[in-house]
Amino acid sequence: MTNVSMTVNGKAVSGEIEGRTLLVTFLREGLGLTGTHVGCDTSQCGACVVHVNGEAVKACTMFAADAEGAEVTTLEGMANPDGSLGTIQAAFQEHHGLQCGFCTPGMVMSAASLLKENPKPSEAEIRDYLEGNLCRCTGYHNIVKAIMAASGQDVSSMAAE
Amino acid sequence: MYEFDFERPSTIAEAVAALATEDAQALGGGQTLIPTLKQRLASPSKLVSLSGIAEMKGISADGGTVTIGGGTSHAAVAAGAGAYPALAALAGNIGDPAVRSRGTIGGSLANNDPSACYPSAALASGATIVTNTREIAADDYFEGMFTTALEEGEIITAVRFPVPDAAAYAKFEQPASRFALVGVFVAKYADGVRVAVTGASEDGVFRWTEAEEALSANFSVDAVAGLSASADGLISDLHGDAAYRAHLIGVMTKRAVAAAS
Repeated sequence: MTNVSMTVNGKAVSGEIEGRTLLVTFLREGLGLTGTHVGCDTSQCGACVVHVNGEAVKACTMFAADAEGAEVTTLEGMANPDGSLGTIQAAFQEHHGLQCGFCTPGMVMSAASLLKENPKPSEAEIRDYLEGNLCRCTGYHNIVKAIMAASGQDVSSMAAE
Repeated sequence: MYEFDFERPSTIAEAVAALATEDAQALGGGQTLIPTLKQRLASPSKLVSLSGIAEMKGISADGGTVTIGGGTSHAAVAAGAGAYPALAALAGNIGDPAVRSRGTIGGSLANNDPSACYPSAALASGATIVTNTREIAADDYFEGMFTTALEEGEIITAVRFPVPDAAAYAKFEQPASRFALVGVFVAKYADGVRVAVTGASEDGVFRWTEAEEALSANFSVDAVAGLSASADGLISDLHGDAAYRAHLIGVMTKRAVAAAS
């Protein structure tokens, strides 16, 4: 067992880990931050996406020890300081960008990365960026619509589903 | 995963020392190695993470050569290798955005997956693989599926690419894995054209010399329109048989030439 220290959602944290402890395991089981989901555990589905030093990564395919000293942001860090939903989260709620909601944490984190790189993405750019995030309810349409809305673009012409 | 020790050195020298332990294994971005460990297909005694080594990260362009640190992520190459646009484009289409944040050029080349994208760029460019002990020409580096000229404990510290006059990579993507079902990298230099094919052969990346000769004489889609790649030794699996892959080699070569011209 070794000790790892990092900053998660702005707060300094540390904990005991094994070499093989995955970042997602440390977040969920070590810190109790269960907003980050484990879907496939094979880096296909993207439910576990978090930000490490500002970049989207699959937390099931990164060791916690590799996040030593890093700034990590999880879904819990996407809310406003007063606890209300952040812009992207609120847009997912408003546009019903989920069905069962299992993939939503990863979708929101990937959307945040996309909007940081490309503040006004087209529908095609959103769909392309979400290549590594799978929704098994096939709810992509409203997910894309929610991200368009979160970027401040007009979604009134996009068909309701 | 089986248990293993974990070290995260901050210099190449420390990493080399850490890798001297029996059954120690270097860890790049882990986008292949971690799934492999999860399936218990590998059982290293120790992982030596290269992610904390600043001297192995970064991109520099100088006098017609682009040098990329072995620990540089695909996302960083996509964003920062503008001096070699075809290479930046290839990096920007590996896997998905989250995979590109972690996966590294050195890790990809050390693993030499027969369907990975980077080996085709290195071979088609006649790149130089720089390690902690020596420099290896791409033509001498790739030795077959998942096999390279690297010795135990040898680390790819950088890769040097001579920038071609024109180049493009055409990838026929296997949609579930996002690896290349067949990918062809075409690079035109003053002394000739090089064509490297990934995803197709049971021996890993290879040069399609017939297409190279035709394109060196006449760099146009017409020059390769009549060529057909041999299906001998090509991969046959549920995604496509050898004949299909042979056909794709021709199609992807034409697309790459069209994109480069």
